[in-house]
Amino acid sequence: MTEHSYLICLLPAFSFVMIVFFLRWKEKVAAGFSIAMILASWVMSVIVLIETLARHGHAYEAFYNFLTFPGLNFQIGILVDPLTAVMLVVVTTVGSCVQIYSVGYMHGDPRFSRFFSYLSLFLFSMLGLVLANNFFMIFIFWELVGLTSYLLIGFWFEKKSAADACKKAFLTTRTGDLGFLVGLFLIAVYCGTFNYGEVFDKIAMGAMSTGVLTAAAIFIFAGAVGKSAQFPLHVWLPDAMEGPTPVSALIHAATMVAAGVYLVARSMSMFVASADGSMVVAIIGLVTSFMAATIALTQFDIKRVLAYSTISQLGYMIMALGLYGYDTAHGQHSVGYYAGTFHLMTHAFFKGLLFLGAGSVIHGVHTNDIREMGGLYNKMKTTAITFMIASFSIAGIFPFAGLWSKDEIVAATLHHPVFLILTLAIAFMTAFYMWRLCFLTFTGEPRDQHRYDHAHESPRVMTWPLVFLAFLAVTAGWVGLPWLHHGFSSFVFHEAPPEHHGPSYALMIISLTVGLSGIGLAYLMYYKKSLSPDVLVNKFRPIYNLLYNKYYFDELYNVVIIRPLLSFANFMWKFDANVIDGLVNLIAWLTVLWADVKQWFDKWIIDGAVNGAGWIVRQTGEGLKYVQNGKAQFYTLFISIIIVFIGLIKYELIYLAWGWPIMTIIFVIGVLLLTFVSRSTRQGTNREIAQEDKV
Amino acid sequence: MLLSSLIIIPLLGMVVVMLMPKDSNKGIKWTATIISLVPMLESFWITWDYFINHAGTSAMAYVEGPFNWIPTLNVQYYLGVDGISVPLVFLTGLLTTISLLASFNINKRVKEYFAFFLLLEAGMMGVFVSLDFFLFYVFWEIMLVPMYFLIGIWGGPRKEYAAIKFFLYTLFGSIFMLVSILILYFTSEPHTLNMMTLIETAPTLTHSLQMVCFIFFFIAFAIKVPVWPFHTWLPDAHVEAPTAVSVILAGVLLKMGTYAMLRISWPMFPSALRELSFWIALLGVIGIIYGALVSMAQKDLKKLVAYSSVSHMGYCMLALGAYSSVTAITGCMFQMVSHGLITGALFLLVGVLYDRAHTREIAAFGGLGAKLPVYTGIMVMFTMASLGLPGMSGFVSEFMIFIGAFGALNKVLVGISVLGVVLGAAYLLRMVQRVFLGEFDLARWGGLTDINLREIISVVPLGLLTLFIGIYPKPLEMLMKATLENLVNLMAR
Repeated sequence: MTEHSYLICLLPAFSFVMIVFFLRWKEKVAAGFSIAMILASWVMSVIVLIETLARHGHAYEAFYNFLTFPGLNFQIGILVDPLTAVMLVVVTTVGSCVQIYSVGYMHGDPRFSRFFSYLSLFLFSMLGLVLANNFFMIFIFWELVGLTSYLLIGFWFEKKSAADACKKAFLTTRTGDLGFLVGLFLIAVYCGTFNYGEVFDKIAMGAMSTGVLTAAAIFIFAGAVGKSAQFPLHVWLPDAMEGPTPVSALIHAATMVAAGVYLVARSMSMFVASADGSMVVAIIGLVTSFMAATIALTQFDIKRVLAYSTISQLGYMIMALGLYGYDTAHGQHSVGYYAGTFHLMTHAFFKGLLFLGAGSVIHGVHTNDIREMGGLYNKMKTTAITFMIASFSIAGIFPFAGLWSKDEIVAATLHHPVFLILTLAIAFMTAFYMWRLCFLTFTGEPRDQHRYDHAHESPRVMTWPLVFLAFLAVTAGWVGLPWLHHGFSSFVFHEAPPEHHGPSYALMIISLTVGLSGIGLAYLMYYKKSLSPDVLVNKFRPIYNLLYNKYYFDELYNVVIIRPLLSFANFMWKFDANVIDGLVNLIAWLTVLWADVKQWFDKWIIDGAVNGAGWIVRQTGEGLKYVQNGKAQFYTLFISIIIVFIGLIKYELIYLAWGWPIMTIIFVIGVLLLTFVSRSTRQGTNREIAQEDKV
Repeated sequence: MLLSSLIIIPLLGMVVVMLMPKDSNKGIKWTATIISLVPMLESFWITWDYFINHAGTSAMAYVEGPFNWIPTLNVQYYLGVDGISVPLVFLTGLLTTISLLASFNINKRVKEYFAFFLLLEAGMMGVFVSLDFFLFYVFWEIMLVPMYFLIGIWGGPRKEYAAIKFFLYTLFGSIFMLVSILILYFTSEPHTLNMMTLIETAPTLTHSLQMVCFIFFFIAFAIKVPVWPFHTWLPDAHVEAPTAVSVILAGVLLKMGTYAMLRISWPMFPSALRELSFWIALLGVIGIIYGALVSMAQKDLKKLVAYSSVSHMGYCMLALGAYSSVTAITGCMFQMVSHGLITGALFLLVGVLYDRAHTREIAAFGGLGAKLPVYTGIMVMFTMASLGLPGMSGFVSEFMIFIGAFGALNKVLVGISVLGVVLGAAYLLRMVQRVFLGEFDLARWGGLTDINLREIISVVPLGLLTLFIGIYPKPLEMLMKATLENLVNLMAR
């Protein structure tokens, strides 16, 4: 079966194509087909997991050389190792539950079939991401899950908030993907391959210097920061809750957001070679986890509390992986890798359950605001019980799944006191805010009687998946029981399984105490009401405001990035229209102006000279013709003047040098005079002739 | 005769259309479309046959000539195609037919429109198959004429301005090309205009002469691409041109610039190329970022797509700057094909909306996703293709370009260019949100109808090819491999 595991991801793809082109008009068939395909994938995944166990975790790899360039090779292939096998089961399990649940949740939605086609497309991408055997392929599927996440967050796109959220999610994660891309380029340039194994071999042989390796590791991690909603790119995940709740459960809690953790686990060989890179990872994980947990304390939207909880838990896993890399780089022993991947699995189940439970509540009361809930236990028992099981699990209470994985994370921080203390603080806060949610939602008096009266338990198609996931939220952790030699750790490990020194009861007790005290505080504040949350709020008003407003990250990004970017874009446009295009138009205008000047010159100077010459000749002729008027007195006068003139020159009374101007003046005066004289005589003659004619 | 027929059949078609009675609009439309099917099928066949029989070598295939044409000048009639022209011939054949199909709603001076369109096809085909400079130059210029009229007569409100700007700008560049061609002609012994010969001999020119020729050619081609800062004719031409002409403009005409670089100036002047490659890549990177930013500020749908072309062609320039990497140059060719398909489709789709709504103002719309689901689905698909989503051709090309350029060029420069990926997503998704998501204005747009069958048929081939290249790029890569490897060797001389 393992050699056909590519089918695991192709079955949902098939379902997507079938729904889009053939089944979308028949809602029930579309949903049924989609569920059948994912169940088939689930069965295959379980078989693959069993086969992998039977192979004692030996990896199976098959690939096909897709494109070959000099010095670089693109492959399409699958890699089935224990990590993959576990992830396949996690994704298909939660995927199946969510799809079945959606039949009830999305009932009556006008785009029902489309929802299932998107879910199928998502599962195809996610499973492809898990199965990929190289960085290039994982990036392809990485982007595709981003697309489906976009489509599903914006599923109810008529709502402005949903339309905003999907864009924000896509752009924020893509910002992280920039880093991922640059990391890929570094890998391509220095290693000449994308295949995981080959890349790690090359790195082990020193293909990259430490500096480059650290850069590459951090760039790759940037992708994980985006996808797993880590600080500072965490802002999209809470908004992503605008999507339908099953989507939040599947994509934004259990699977896609865990892809970042998966990526870090996958490329662990790069991180163990770079202590600095690993430390960055660990610190980002810790900061994220702490920050998100504190925000979750103050939120009133049931899904947003869960969203921040998700961010916080993902930060946990990232931190554990980072610490593993750091410790291993320093030759110390660490359980971080095992802790991170183990928690990834248990978290998928209980967080998926929490979201589906929240969805069930929202389905019943039609609000997200826990201030309008209360006392719902009486109305929706299955939902309440399963939700509380998951809350026990996430709070780390014996014997629920969360305990075992979270304990390992605490164990991973043992060498780092700051990490240890903050990790425990986060565990405390987690227990507190989860149980705050439980008490406010399910216990006490209904705070909105109208909503309470109309509340109802969800249909079975929705509660069965809850029950199934609740079962897993209890038992999934048992695969790593310390009394059973931390079974999970001898299956999923990096390079070598970690050594364990028996169960650490001290750790377990500390961890339990922390979890129980968190629950206890929530119990006192929200169930017994012997401690008033309002007093605390008023006492720490500035801190509360800071947390309630999520550290003002959205506002900050709006002021620092989004608005400047848009203004800059506008400025560039103005620049383009006025300066660059202005230059083009200016050149054109100057050309036209030059042409106009030439046109003027041509008309008045060049052509003017030609026409002017003609005009002068014409006018001269016009004048001179009257000189020839046949009157003897006139000729005599003219001759006399010339003789006088010549005489003047002869006796040097005027000089010849003056002659030409004077002559010209006299000539012109003469001509004008004559013209005038002769014209008037001629006109007179003409008049006489005319009169004669009349007579 | 195969390649000649690619030019001659549209020309004959033009004559046929011109001889048809003036008022038989329907007949003219169908005649022109059916005639254009012939070069299209030929181009398909050439692509297929080239892939099967000729892709292994870098030699020219289907060579015609060289026949003496004007012996005194040693001008030859010389046609041939190789791995870089075949995909573009394919694109020209396909997009012309699709554009004609998209022109059926033209009702003004139908006969001239379709005649000009066929003349345009002849010119474009000619540019991609000519191997003689004279012939190349003639086709390069011929193509301007129908384009000028197509924009200037059938265009939008500022059509005259746009048409003249396009024409003069390109012509301005052509003069530089002519000077370079003359330099090449007079420095070759015996004087020749044969490109294949000149590719062998031109690299022996002195460095300074190479620089002059290279820069002059570059100005001519860069205007066509368009490379920042020579791009401002493009948005005007696109916005004013009728839909089908925009498709051709984006899909084929822009590629002529990058094609000519790869065919002519890059292999002919390796020494100049070596010196200038960084600056070329820099212009590419500026184009990528700048085009994306300016797109973000656009209020007109078509102008947004037009500026996105500036950004996308910037990727080609970045790749051309990384000339020593086969990966980058392959990516460049992929980007040319992919941009032709995707942007062609986007222009068609914008036209579909414009035909119905008579506006392209982004702010006028909102929530169309609910009313026009099929149109929205197709549009979103092409938007995703345009922003480089894996599984679509745009991703393959961008990835190859980045990888190749990252190895061959300054890493910081390429690192900056990667920002284009996010900016691209930003302006496209903003557009999607403002047009298709959110609340629907029922009072204003209640009467809009979804995309019809003819329009779907015109974009489906583009969509299928986009997906095919995105999912299985190998055939296209194999088709070009030998040619590009040879080309990279020539450029590395």
